[in-house]
Amino acid sequence: MKNSLAYLVMAVMCAASFMSCKKDNYDPPQSLLTGRLLYKGEQVNVEYNQVPFQLFQFGFGKVGAISSTVDQDGRFSALLFDGNYKLTIPANQGPFLWKKAASGGQDSLSVTMNGNQDLDIEVMPYFMIRAAKFSAAANKVTGTFSIEKIIKDADAKNIERVNLYINKTEFVSTGDYNIASSQLTAEQVTDPAAVSMTVNVPAIAPTQDYVFARIGIKIAGVEDMIFSQVEKVRL
Amino acid sequence: MKKIFQITLFMFLAGASGCNDDKFLNTEPLSDLTTEEVFSSSPQVFSILANLYNRQPDFSSVKSWMSMADFSESFISDNGGDQVAVLRRNSWNYDAWNNWDYAYIRDINLFLERAESATVLSEADKKRFLAEARFLRANYYFELVKRMGGVPIITKALVYDNSGNTEALQFPRAKEHEVYDFVISEAEAIKNLLPTDANQKGRATKAAALAMEARAALYAASIAKYGSNTPLVNLPGGEVGIPATMASGYYTKALAAAKEIISGTAGAYALYNKKPNDLQDNFASIFYDKGNNPESIWIEDFQLKTVKVHGFSVSNQPRFGAEEEEGGRINPSLNLVQAFEKLDNTFAPIPVKDGSGNPIYYAKQADAFAGRDARLGGTVILPGTAFKLRPVDIWAGYQLPNGSILSGDDRGSQRPLPDGSTAQVVGFDGPIVGKEHTAQTGFYIRKYLDPAIGSGSRGTQSEIPFIRYRYAEVLLNAAEASFELGKTADAAEYMNRVRTRAGLIIPLTAGDITFDRIVHERRVELAFEGHLLYDMKRWRLAHQIWDGERLAESELLSNIGKANKKSTQPYSLLPYKIYNPGQPNHNQWIYKVALSNLVTGANRFRLGNYYSFINDDIRSRNPKIVRQPNQD
Repeated sequence: MKNSLAYLVMAVMCAASFMSCKKDNYDPPQSLLTGRLLYKGEQVNVEYNQVPFQLFQFGFGKVGAISSTVDQDGRFSALLFDGNYKLTIPANQGPFLWKKAASGGQDSLSVTMNGNQDLDIEVMPYFMIRAAKFSAAANKVTGTFSIEKIIKDADAKNIERVNLYINKTEFVSTGDYNIASSQLTAEQVTDPAAVSMTVNVPAIAPTQDYVFARIGIKIAGVEDMIFSQVEKVRL
Repeated sequence: MKKIFQITLFMFLAGASGCNDDKFLNTEPLSDLTTEEVFSSSPQVFSILANLYNRQPDFSSVKSWMSMADFSESFISDNGGDQVAVLRRNSWNYDAWNNWDYAYIRDINLFLERAESATVLSEADKKRFLAEARFLRANYYFELVKRMGGVPIITKALVYDNSGNTEALQFPRAKEHEVYDFVISEAEAIKNLLPTDANQKGRATKAAALAMEARAALYAASIAKYGSNTPLVNLPGGEVGIPATMASGYYTKALAAAKEIISGTAGAYALYNKKPNDLQDNFASIFYDKGNNPESIWIEDFQLKTVKVHGFSVSNQPRFGAEEEEGGRINPSLNLVQAFEKLDNTFAPIPVKDGSGNPIYYAKQADAFAGRDARLGGTVILPGTAFKLRPVDIWAGYQLPNGSILSGDDRGSQRPLPDGSTAQVVGFDGPIVGKEHTAQTGFYIRKYLDPAIGSGSRGTQSEIPFIRYRYAEVLLNAAEASFELGKTADAAEYMNRVRTRAGLIIPLTAGDITFDRIVHERRVELAFEGHLLYDMKRWRLAHQIWDGERLAESELLSNIGKANKKSTQPYSLLPYKIYNPGQPNHNQWIYKVALSNLVTGANRFRLGNYYSFINDDIRSRNPKIVRQPNQD
């Protein structure tokens, strides 16, 4: 009997040790900022994981940005604490012009978080890919599209090359995110209003009867490419 | 009882008294030397200087084969994670190649101050030691500016005053051109304090200072000139980027410094030409001949039977018959091999197919590479050639009459042939995909391989030096500076000297010298010597040739010799033996261009890679350091 009392005490103490106090924790960020990069209401498609955006929150003594990248379809999101932020895209990033502040630095947007917020941002891309259509025949994917030059003033840039990428998954970009690509140089794009290009589909293991395709334009003097929307193509 | 207590207390008090002798309390340490002691004799000062020499960093060095193996100039025959990652990687991290060793600079500055105030050194010793330390400091700043752009120039040892405020120790980055100016002015200031002696290789000489000056001025000039190709690579404060107007001034300085070496006033340097009857071996000998080598200007030296040896030959010797069960790490790519031009000064791929697309049959393996720049055979071990008198055994398999391939999965595998007999079907040196140590591109590296017996064994290793500055590069610097200053005839003359040594005896004329030629000549002459990245950076070509797009075979084989030719993936050239008994091509050789399926990445040099990332801890300690551009 004496023994079992001791065990009882030990069991109670053991259980008590699993309790913790809640006071030293605070809630995780819960306000979701979402948005899209738009040009006249149309989503600006960019390279996967290459176009960064930065959020700054002031008043905590720390400097440094909350950095993330824009999705390949131009969407972005960040989970934040409620408060006041500034949103910007760092200098020379993205296939578009970002407004400059009077000081010459990148302009920024004030964002007040109080619960979830949806924030679309208008940007000025150098080019847009219009009416992109993809078709597949004889193990080839063909893309037809037109290229519209958006910025025509002193900031205008030229096309360096145009690529048609295909991938097994819906992430389609340069680098790891394609299984094949074909390329046209600027000289080979004779009529920007009607461009057509073809890429051979390599053997895919395990086999699948579809690929995802999109077109990207590399702009001379700009690091990031601008893309068309991703489309699933049945082979 | 009382007495005993008193006596004890008295004795205790007596024992508690100490002697007040300084000598007793302040014992000199027996294992350390004080600063005054060290700077009291010349050999001891020299030993500190040796430590400073030993800490000079190199971009690529024989001490680490990995440091030579990147940029699609070679394939890495290694199954370890880091190494294979190079082949799968798509882009370099922003912190790749960064360097920030201000502890080293501080040690040099301390050395300069202490040697300056040392009283017992002879004037001649002191003068030379101080000049050498300044040379090392300038050369390290040159290394820093190549990687990081403008950095703070600290020329005295900084002292912390324990005030809790470190602001006095925080210096902003200098402008990029100011660092180059510092290197150039230091070289000018010390060149006449250093000895003029072409046989002095390991220590700084007048020629070493001038070679550094010529290269630094050339780098600054080309950044000024070609910076317009990448307007985004720039900082408003000038920490990155050099104004275009400064280009011709720097080219003039580069040419003057190079000419001072070429004219012979800095010592009797010349192109190495001791083996005129075998130009390939002659070229390879530049890197292993330690006896009165007139070509090397400043080297990192090594010596057998000391701790200062290196295992480059251990890691890279041909695997078949190697002195250890390893070797063959660096496999030069076809991209590099085909860049070596033909003896008629034209560029062409290695001929593998005739005009109608049929394979070309070679009686001997080495025939495919005949009639080319001798530097090819001096830089690369080709199939059908030999190392240490032992032929390499590089072939990927048999091609059977029906076109199928018969090969094995291990070095020297044996398989039944169609006629029923069993025979070796793949070389003892490979190439076998994924089999490390074999020549997976079909080639091994030859540059820096030591032909001495024992160089490939771990217990002996090698003592051949790593050449930091050599005469051929000085000539190429002079050629480039002359070309950019419009003196194309001079440029042709300098370049032809280097090319004649390589067997390219048809001289280039002034009209032949183009920017493409300049870029090409440096790539083939200085392959694996740590120049490629810095050259491509200063010409602002890096983001074009490593653009992250896969390299198609047709792209690989076209536009050879063009400055901006893409080279994002290392290709292979695999030799196959023809099995076709009774036919004339039986046992002859064909070659196939291939891309190893281990190469899944395509190198992409982002604009943020032009200047390496300055680590966050450095910038948080010193808020005056501005960030590099394009690294967000």
